[in-house]
Amino acid sequence: MRYGREAEVLKDISFELPRGSFHFLTGASGSGKSTLLKLIYLAEQASRGRIEIFGQDLALLKRAERPMMRRRIGVVFQEFRLLDHLNVFDNAALAPRIDGRKPAGYRSDVADLLGWVGLGERMHAMPPALSGGEKQRLAIARAVINRPDILLADEPTGNVDEAMGLRILRLFLELNRVGATVLIASHDTDLVARSGMPVLHLEAGRLAPAPGFAPDAAT
Amino acid sequence: MSLAFDPERWWPAPLLPRRDGRGLALLFVIAALSFLAGLAAVGALAGERAAAGWRSELTGSATVIVRPQGSDTPDEAAARAEEAVAGVKGVAQALPLDNAKTAALLAPWIGPGGLPADLPTPRLIAVELDPKAPATGDALRQALKDEGLDADVDDHSRWAAQIMRAGAAVAAIGAGFFALILSTLGAVIAFATREGLAARREVVEALHLAGATDGFIARLFQARFARSVAQAALVGAVLAIGAAAAVKLSSAGDEQLTALLPIAWSDLAAPAPFPVLGALVAAVTARLTAMAALAGKP
Repeated sequence: MRYGREAEVLKDISFELPRGSFHFLTGASGSGKSTLLKLIYLAEQASRGRIEIFGQDLALLKRAERPMMRRRIGVVFQEFRLLDHLNVFDNAALAPRIDGRKPAGYRSDVADLLGWVGLGERMHAMPPALSGGEKQRLAIARAVINRPDILLADEPTGNVDEAMGLRILRLFLELNRVGATVLIASHDTDLVARSGMPVLHLEAGRLAPAPGFAPDAAT
Repeated sequence: MSLAFDPERWWPAPLLPRRDGRGLALLFVIAALSFLAGLAAVGALAGERAAAGWRSELTGSATVIVRPQGSDTPDEAAARAEEAVAGVKGVAQALPLDNAKTAALLAPWIGPGGLPADLPTPRLIAVELDPKAPATGDALRQALKDEGLDADVDDHSRWAAQIMRAGAAVAAIGAGFFALILSTLGAVIAFATREGLAARREVVEALHLAGATDGFIARLFQARFARSVAQAALVGAVLAIGAAAAVKLSSAGDEQLTALLPIAWSDLAAPAPFPVLGALVAAVTARLTAMAALAGKP
């Protein structure tokens, strides 16, 4: 994968995430973690190579089929990408709304989830009024509200305290337990170690053995 | 302070941010376009009505000019001509102009004194035609010829043709102006949609990544612009109706202005469809523009 005429950001990478697996993606800044996630959530197209998701080659995926694929992938963005003109509740309710569901069918799910991530008292607030941690929790709620088949998260615990970090990890593990494939990019080595989950480690755009972790069978 | 939020009473908020200053400028432009289109429509209808009125007056009458010859006096020639044309099918009435009226018509050229009584001047006969089946100029000429009179018939066809052309031109100009305004509206909306997509790039990307189809996103812009244009066009149309009504009321005592621009009360309804028409143009333009712009995204 390369951007324009720049040097390749990712190269010679080959791995498979089995359905229902849970992986951490580690690596230094600039190692290609975010780019790898973007390729998976269809925000970028690979300049070469082959990516298959749900058994479909992304290069052969028609444009009209991409939204349906995206609806099966929940993403927690590092920069949150919240919609500042919508309150917390509307932000969290975005995915079911885009899915075309009627509000009565998901109102209580959204309220429950917001309560679970500790935003039960902030449902009316607008994103600019939220702290970094609150924004992160809202981004997580928005990503998981539709129980996606794949959950991708880019530094999801970067702005929360340790207790909330563990709580978020438990949420991800719970989603994984009910069938979601989870891939979390993280710098938080403590969290990674505590989870006991396998690690994909990137170094200068290539997969490499993670320092301090056993090599992963997916590579 | 804690604000109560009841999820059970929650209803989705608009996915596009509300209007900003740029939106207000757009609304002003659309209201102005609607106002101009409304005035143009009323003006075109009134102009067409004026042309139709003049045409009707001209085609409903003819003028016979008869010159005395031989031993006939002008009055005798006029009487014979009157009798000849009165018998033609399709003539409702034939009235010779008396000396006083003829002198009045000639006054601008020869002065108020009139012509000497013994000068054999041509006489005019005003012929009023049957509006349902008017006699033709040729039929009148033939009747006068049969009577052995030296006469010309002016059936005003030359003027009527010019007025018909003028009426058609007024209608064409009105239609062209209207089409120009609709095209301008389309161009303005296309520009505003592209600008809106660029200004709300982050919203569009967030929606895309959450699985929104191009159609879903295009519908947001389509609905936004259709509603805005309908509201702004309504303001413009109401102002146009008000302005046209003011012109009609203020020209009530002015015969010249009324003849030139005979606005009927029914004409004031002409701008009424603009809000709906404008909204349709805006919806279609916004959708096409948004779909084209979104097609370039991954």
